[in-house]
Amino acid sequence: MAEHTTAPRRPPTRALVYLPAELKRGVPAQVRATLGHPMETGHRRDAEGGAVPRDIVNRFEAWLDDRLVLSCDWFPAVSANPTLAFWLQADGPATLRLEWTGDHGFSHRETRRLAPA
Amino acid sequence: VSLRQRRRWRAALAAGALTLAVAQAQAPAADARRSGLLDMGPALQALQRDDTQNPGLLMVQDGAALWAQPAGDASKACADCHGPGPERLRDAAARHPAIDPATGRALNLGGRVNQCRTRHQRASPWPTESAELLALTAWLGLAARGQAIQPPMDARLQALQREGQALWQQRLGALNLACTHCHDRHAGQRLGGAVIPQGHPTGYPVYRLEWQGLGSLQRRLRACLTGVRAEPFAPDAREWLALEAWLMQRAAGMPIETPAVRP
Repeated sequence: MAEHTTAPRRPPTRALVYLPAELKRGVPAQVRATLGHPMETGHRRDAEGGAVPRDIVNRFEAWLDDRLVLSCDWFPAVSANPTLAFWLQADGPATLRLEWTGDHGFSHRETRRLAPA
Repeated sequence: VSLRQRRRWRAALAAGALTLAVAQAQAPAADARRSGLLDMGPALQALQRDDTQNPGLLMVQDGAALWAQPAGDASKACADCHGPGPERLRDAAARHPAIDPATGRALNLGGRVNQCRTRHQRASPWPTESAELLALTAWLGLAARGQAIQPPMDARLQALQREGQALWQQRLGALNLACTHCHDRHAGQRLGGAVIPQGHPTGYPVYRLEWQGLGSLQRRLRACLTGVRAEPFAPDAREWLALEAWLMQRAAGMPIETPAVRP
């Protein structure tokens, strides 16, 4: 039975990543990534009146091989399960790496092999 | 135009209006029912319709993992009996609440999952609003997406639906309002800034932006009860099930759209 205690049970981290099925060399394509995360702001109180500690993802990075192509700093106003969409142009075969890091040692990584035609 | 002609026109008009009124009374309003999806703005509709953006799909993913994961003393996974995918239970979400033939009790989809857990997996049931139960029912709901809601024909279920219908029409709380007052008589109008939907349970469990997560129909109904300043029923009360049975009957024929997104 799932134990429902005050400490949130952290399920395995997960994300949905969407890329167009076919990429074309040098043509920008939209990448969409949704991360499963509560994004607890730290401003809320629980049923007993105690502060709910902040638990957010505060950094997102997208790497194309060794090149950082996008980075974001996130703050408590970002919603739970944040979605990010951005345009990406690959000029040749590469590995796309998406990384989210946050409070309490949170980290999640997704990699996709890109082979633009 | 002579007076006589004018009289004739007036009579014709009156006869026309009368036939129209009779026609309206006979045809059960072709289908004036509409999903709450259509009451949302285009951005939110897009969020629900696009599986690459619908945040409910995250939990569906969890549900797929739970399906394959052995549980309980029997160490059996759902997949061991029902197959690797949900195909054999494709219409489950569209056909619940239903009467369990073994016990004669009505079960909603979550109740059915929990009964399977206790009976076949010999595991403890999941709490009503637990992440696991929501995830698995969302996964089954997605499998039924697009199918018409089709409550099974069963006299015992019909009795429950009637109970639910009576509750739907029952005034409640300090505001002394019944569900029907908002969702039948004033649907499409506004309550504060929000459009009042007709209240069809086509997309549960839904991803509600206000909740920032998935929630069950019972959670939605509970929020409505506190909204009219009534004391919600006990968590395991028969009233929830009765209301669910009635709402599914009321929405019979409408397509399942789980996991829906709502504001």
